[in-house]
Amino acid sequence: MELAGAIVTLLGSLFLFLGALGLFRMPDIYNRMQAGTKATTMGTLLFIAGLAMGFHETIGASKVIIIILFVIFTNPLSSHALARAAHKAGIPLAKETVKDDLAADEENEEGAMKGTQEGEEL
Amino acid sequence: MKKVKHAILSFLGLMLIWVMLTPRDMQEIVAGLIVSALVVLLTLGMEPVLGDVRLTPKSLWYGVLYVLVFLRELLVSNLDVARRVIDPKLPIKPGIVKVRTKLQSRIGRTLLANSITLTPGTLTAEIRGDYLYIHWIEIRHEDLEGATRDIVQKFEKYLEVIFG
Repeated sequence: MELAGAIVTLLGSLFLFLGALGLFRMPDIYNRMQAGTKATTMGTLLFIAGLAMGFHETIGASKVIIIILFVIFTNPLSSHALARAAHKAGIPLAKETVKDDLAADEENEEGAMKGTQEGEEL
Repeated sequence: MKKVKHAILSFLGLMLIWVMLTPRDMQEIVAGLIVSALVVLLTLGMEPVLGDVRLTPKSLWYGVLYVLVFLRELLVSNLDVARRVIDPKLPIKPGIVKVRTKLQSRIGRTLLANSITLTPGTLTAEIRGDYLYIHWIEIRHEDLEGATRDIVQKFEKYLEVIFG
């Protein structure tokens, strides 16, 4: 059981490493966020699950489930906030970018001055 | 009615978390009951987000299905990003697309946005009215309908039953 836990933990750290590599290789903040959000979610989940498998006498399994749920719920929220803030601050997209609907709609709204902007909080 | 449902559900949820985090003895459970009740009472003035949850057998079953679909997508998404990061050519074709959702409840939309962020190549950047703006790492459809079909509908059909 301890060996299985160690293997799962190793897999988790592999995903975390790939996430870090993605941060270096991706061309702009939005693509970096993609690598950062997904790989770290999976990496953290596997890492914690592996710890629980290997050392379940000291860490209760129920605590691990709670931690995993919190990670799943909070990790994407911080990414929304970052992506939204980056776009609002006008950080440009990479040159490979094909289209940007959000910027197009924002321009339309500025033209009309009074858009029906519903500030949905997340 | 919504408020009552929200209060009961959040009390049960808080209690569940408490029981999972503490050793199971009488003293701890009594303390948990008191703290959970206090938290529910203090937050009564806030918007009853959990009031939109439907508690029918069908919605519970769809909830289970949703979790399974979500876990599968999470795994696919990680392998997908890992592949892109390792590939020396860095195969990306990014952009921000607009999609429409039918979900009306706030909690349903929040969960939809979160699910989209954790699935292959997509990241929710903004919500305005019925539209979500999504950063897509490899655009396959540039039009609203195609993108909606690809990104939103696999989750929406479950969330629709659970939250409306």
